[in-house]
Amino acid sequence: MNLPADAVTALDTFQAAAGWEQRARLLMQWGDRLPAMSDVDKVDANRVHGCESQVWLVAALQDGLWQFTASSDARMIRGLVALLLARVNGLSAVELQAVDLPGWFDQLGLSRQLSPSRSNGLNAVLQRMRSLSDA
Amino acid sequence: MMIPSPWRADFPAIAALQRQDQTYLDNAATTQKPQALLDALAHYYANGAANVHRAQHLPGAHATQAFEDSRSKVAHWLNAGDCGQIIFTHGATSALNLLAYGLEHSFNPGDEIVISALEHHANLLPWQQLAHRRQLKLRVLPLDTDGLIDLDAAASMIGPQTRLLAVSQLSNVLGAWQPLPALLAMAKAHDALTVVDGAQGVVHGRHDVQALGCDFYVFSSHKLYGPDGLGVLFGRNEALQHLRHWQFGGEMVLDADYQHARFRPAPLGFEAGTPPIASVIGLGATLDYLAGLDQDAVSVHEAALHDYLLKGLHARNGIRLLGNPQLALASFVIEGVHNADLAHLLTEQGIAVRAGHHCAMPLLKSFGLAGAIRVSLALYNDSEDLERFFDALDQALELLR
Repeated sequence: MNLPADAVTALDTFQAAAGWEQRARLLMQWGDRLPAMSDVDKVDANRVHGCESQVWLVAALQDGLWQFTASSDARMIRGLVALLLARVNGLSAVELQAVDLPGWFDQLGLSRQLSPSRSNGLNAVLQRMRSLSDA
Repeated sequence: MMIPSPWRADFPAIAALQRQDQTYLDNAATTQKPQALLDALAHYYANGAANVHRAQHLPGAHATQAFEDSRSKVAHWLNAGDCGQIIFTHGATSALNLLAYGLEHSFNPGDEIVISALEHHANLLPWQQLAHRRQLKLRVLPLDTDGLIDLDAAASMIGPQTRLLAVSQLSNVLGAWQPLPALLAMAKAHDALTVVDGAQGVVHGRHDVQALGCDFYVFSSHKLYGPDGLGVLFGRNEALQHLRHWQFGGEMVLDADYQHARFRPAPLGFEAGTPPIASVIGLGATLDYLAGLDQDAVSVHEAALHDYLLKGLHARNGIRLLGNPQLALASFVIEGVHNADLAHLLTEQGIAVRAGHHCAMPLLKSFGLAGAIRVSLALYNDSEDLERFFDALDQALELLR
């Protein structure tokens, strides 16, 4: 499957990252680059529950392609969400169904962020994305 | 100044965690286990498991003997004497649920249950739901700025309508001894039943339920260096008269036919089904181990570590402590830093602390916080553990600021 351009960039930088510190810096950079979400969208209906921080996720289908926007008040999860959006934005419904999202984070060297004991909320974000795109 | 723990080597998991570059400072959640406990579990399983209180065969007799010996050890640990009974449950949570269901019949609509604002969910939700079932009023004692239950407010809230007071001895978030003698006296003056949640308190120092004078005292084994799946409910003999049978099944019954049954008194009448036998035996071994330690030395060590922790936190900018912790733990937030980010970066560096609401959501909300970081200590921790934590904290803050 062809990766979106942002995903290729993410893969290159994270796979080259040495150590937790560099990965943390990269995560924060990616989080900072996430386009700002309008306050109008930061409402309870868009809240992803099950996160330690506040996370919002909005889905829109434009010309048959998914465009998600997201934000969080915590920087690390914002970075993780940015990496998620880099992988899925611009995909068709069929393509999105086929994406192995845990595999994506594994490729980035971030699989531990998805362990069930982590309460950062990335798992909850993935579930929310599935339910929004299945609806 | 170095603060070594002379008991560290008694807990093999500490060395194992260190080999995985993990520093364990989440002891208020659960503790590592002494070798004495591991030996007791291995001995029990290797030498013949058997069910208790029901078989006449020799393995059954051995298991029952060891099981009942543990009951005596727990009674001794709490200095229960002859004033009450020790009931084994499946955890502190299940002990509190046993009370909330077993005492339900003695409440009438409009009666009041008093708890405090610092209760963790285990000592809040069973009472809250009981209040819903019986149309009772749940009253919540406020805290003062140090995180102690406000006694003036308590004096005005505990009254003739109060049927039961349920409070924690030591908060799992604020780390301060609560003024139990005064609170229990107020409740008793109005003939209310008293429940003390010792989940955190029992781990620090020795407690005497006769001196405390509570009707019920609850704790969980796993926080006291014992096995999990096991809770303890101490009940005073007079208070146990109020407690109806709750869960029904094997061995709690005296006599049964298809339509009716009669049940045993405490303790066996409240231990339906096969109990966690190995865990009970293991807790006995843990208590033997703990009883062999110099308790004063343990208390001095824990106080020195706690002091070290507080000094280190105070030395850093922007740290806000929750309450005024006296022992065992400290919860904090850092100005301008999301606790989820801090938790993330501490985890990356192998520091096992707790982040989040600590199963006490209403308490955190009262501080206007969604979460906090909690460092909690045990007797096997040393100042090097705390140094590793502080180094990791500094690294994390450098990245985040």
